[in-house]
Amino acid sequence: MTPNLNLWLIPILPLAGAAINGFFGKKSSRTAVSTIALVFCGAAFVWALSVAWRFSSLPEIPHQEYLAHWIRSGSFVADFAFYLDPLSLVMLLVVTGVGFLIHIYSVGYMWDDPGYYRFFSYLNLFMFFMLTLVLANNYLVMFIGWEGVGLASYLLIGFWFTKDSAASAGKKAFIVNRIGDFGFLIGLFLLIQHFPSLNFTDVFEGVPRLTPGAGTETLLTTVGILLMIGACGKSAQIPLYVWLPDAMEGPTPVSALIHAATMVTAGVYMVARSHVIFERAPIALTVVAIIGTLTALFAATIGITQTDIKKVLAYSTVSQLGYMFMACGVGAFSAGIFHLMTHAFFKGLLFLAAGSVIHAVGGEQDMRKMGGLRSYIPWTFLTMGTATLAIAGIPPFAGFWSKDEILWKAYQQNWVYWLIGVITAFITSFYMFRLLFMTFWGDYHGIQVDAHGRVHAAHGDDGHGEPHESPMVMLVPLMILAVLSLVGGWVGIGNRFEHFLAPVFGSGEVAEAGKEAATNFTEYLLMGVSVLVAALGAILAWVLYVSKPYLPQKIADGFGSFYEAVLNKYYVDELYAALFVKPLVDGSTRILWQGVDRKVIDDSINDAADGARHVSDNVRHMQSGNLRSYAGWIAAGSAAVIAYMIWLGVGR
Amino acid sequence: MVPLSYYLVLSGILFACGVTGFLIKRNIITIFMSIELMLNGVNLSFVAFAAHWHALAGQVFVFFVMVVAAAEAAVGLAIIIAVYRTRETLNVDQVNLLKL
Repeated sequence: MTPNLNLWLIPILPLAGAAINGFFGKKSSRTAVSTIALVFCGAAFVWALSVAWRFSSLPEIPHQEYLAHWIRSGSFVADFAFYLDPLSLVMLLVVTGVGFLIHIYSVGYMWDDPGYYRFFSYLNLFMFFMLTLVLANNYLVMFIGWEGVGLASYLLIGFWFTKDSAASAGKKAFIVNRIGDFGFLIGLFLLIQHFPSLNFTDVFEGVPRLTPGAGTETLLTTVGILLMIGACGKSAQIPLYVWLPDAMEGPTPVSALIHAATMVTAGVYMVARSHVIFERAPIALTVVAIIGTLTALFAATIGITQTDIKKVLAYSTVSQLGYMFMACGVGAFSAGIFHLMTHAFFKGLLFLAAGSVIHAVGGEQDMRKMGGLRSYIPWTFLTMGTATLAIAGIPPFAGFWSKDEILWKAYQQNWVYWLIGVITAFITSFYMFRLLFMTFWGDYHGIQVDAHGRVHAAHGDDGHGEPHESPMVMLVPLMILAVLSLVGGWVGIGNRFEHFLAPVFGSGEVAEAGKEAATNFTEYLLMGVSVLVAALGAILAWVLYVSKPYLPQKIADGFGSFYEAVLNKYYVDELYAALFVKPLVDGSTRILWQGVDRKVIDDSINDAADGARHVSDNVRHMQSGNLRSYAGWIAAGSAAVIAYMIWLGVGR
Repeated sequence: MVPLSYYLVLSGILFACGVTGFLIKRNIITIFMSIELMLNGVNLSFVAFAAHWHALAGQVFVFFVMVVAAAEAAVGLAIIIAVYRTRETLNVDQVNLLKL
């Protein structure tokens, strides 16, 4: 008898919070709104913890729980049911844990916002969908969560919808995601056609049973690539990454939760979840690896030139997601999930700390107008420093363990992946320390740069004349995440994390552990290289942005047009606008609007109306109001009918 | 015994008279009387057929028609009086407000 863990509680609790705040939040006090949001989100976290506690005693992995039936059509069954295995457990804890911390942080960050209740309602709604995505036991329920987080992301990016840029960023995210979802959906249709089921167990048991051959390989490759397109949209990979940097228009906690720690990793989760399909589709796997590697490098180079603190982090997120894809692509799914987890800690922390910085300097996001904040906001500085060390891959911080794992696995597959990965690691370390140095070292530029600062200071109560530390409610999550960024990677020592995930990904990877002993030297060498590279990146950033701050401009001038291109994000947005958006808008305007809508639909309706009016114009003269003419018509009509009947009678 | 056709011819003549009167007369009272004439033309054919076929239904129909005609006359005359009070005329050609 399998125990009932009541998994349905985990997603339902945040939904209840969202509903209560959404319906009644407008009239409640801020304290009530935040209490409800925190209690429901926290309850989900506590329940997830209790599930984790009882996880080891489960007799059967994966553990499945049935909630209600949904679609039953012939042999096709898709139910509201949950699927718990080590992979979903890791995701569950990351999502509820980091999500809960970010909820706490948001209480402080959003306190002055008029849309306070709306924000928490959306945030809880996001938690509901994300947990549905993670816990689903079939692709269709996963797809509900998948689309739902897209909706929540759209709502939260466009949270300040009166700002034009935020509204259009929301739309951009939604539309770009739609492209990916299209691929995902077609992949699902193919699965239905061939397995007639979308349940994970059915598909994963069905795949190995397929007869080997070209047909099977083509099918699985197609499905794999289609699923990957979906993952590219959600996880912001080339070519669909363009929405993520724009998504920074949303409030910073949203950037941390949705666009760094959880939602964007859904693609990685989905690829890892479908590893059975990918493992039999080597071409699709290679495509995943190539896309991941390219994205990692590409986004990292853009990150160097950005001056908006959140944009740097956004490109960094894209780049780190590229790492996770690379890991999945080389078959090291557990390494990808490991990096997903550590990334959730340190990138969530980076965003929250950036939010704290932005808060401190009164809404300024341009790093050139910061500087020297170390002494003003020491706690933020310390936590952000921890996260920077983690993402740069300095041991013993979390990022080191997971990134190294990925690089090692990539090296085993193909040294080109490894090389690009190491270059990316160098760039990552460089731009992260650049961010840190520009923000916290040197002199504070905020007041001198514009006279605004002094005006603000004169106002007094605003207190934005001088940077100030954030309230405790924001600092505590920062500290907890900082600790996690430090120790979060230790679970990977001695492949423990990999062993934990082995029931999901099979023991194939772990079996290599024996082989690793022989190549131990190589592994340590590679480890040394990546640490060295991270240190070099940090030193270079120190030289350029602390000791010789006049150099970067010179170097930028030296690169000339290349620098321009990178600064403008390789003109990808412009390219897409010219290639897709403009033809679409023009085509819609000329053909669909002026042609089809105006000429065909409108004109046919107008003509029909005109015709009807013409006819009735003539006919209405018959209705003269003259009684005798009516009588005459009736008489004539009756006479005609009688004549006809007589004629009929005669004819017979 | 008068043949059935005589009755029918008389009935037809009465009906035709009614129709003609309806169409050519302008006075609303006369028109009203023409309608009665038509109804009675029809009634005549009903009773003639009923007698001819020895079927009582025709007779019953005639009673119905007479009752309805009486009711109609009451309502119709009331309308005529109302029209006369407002328009001060009985000429139907001048009562044409319903036209478009």
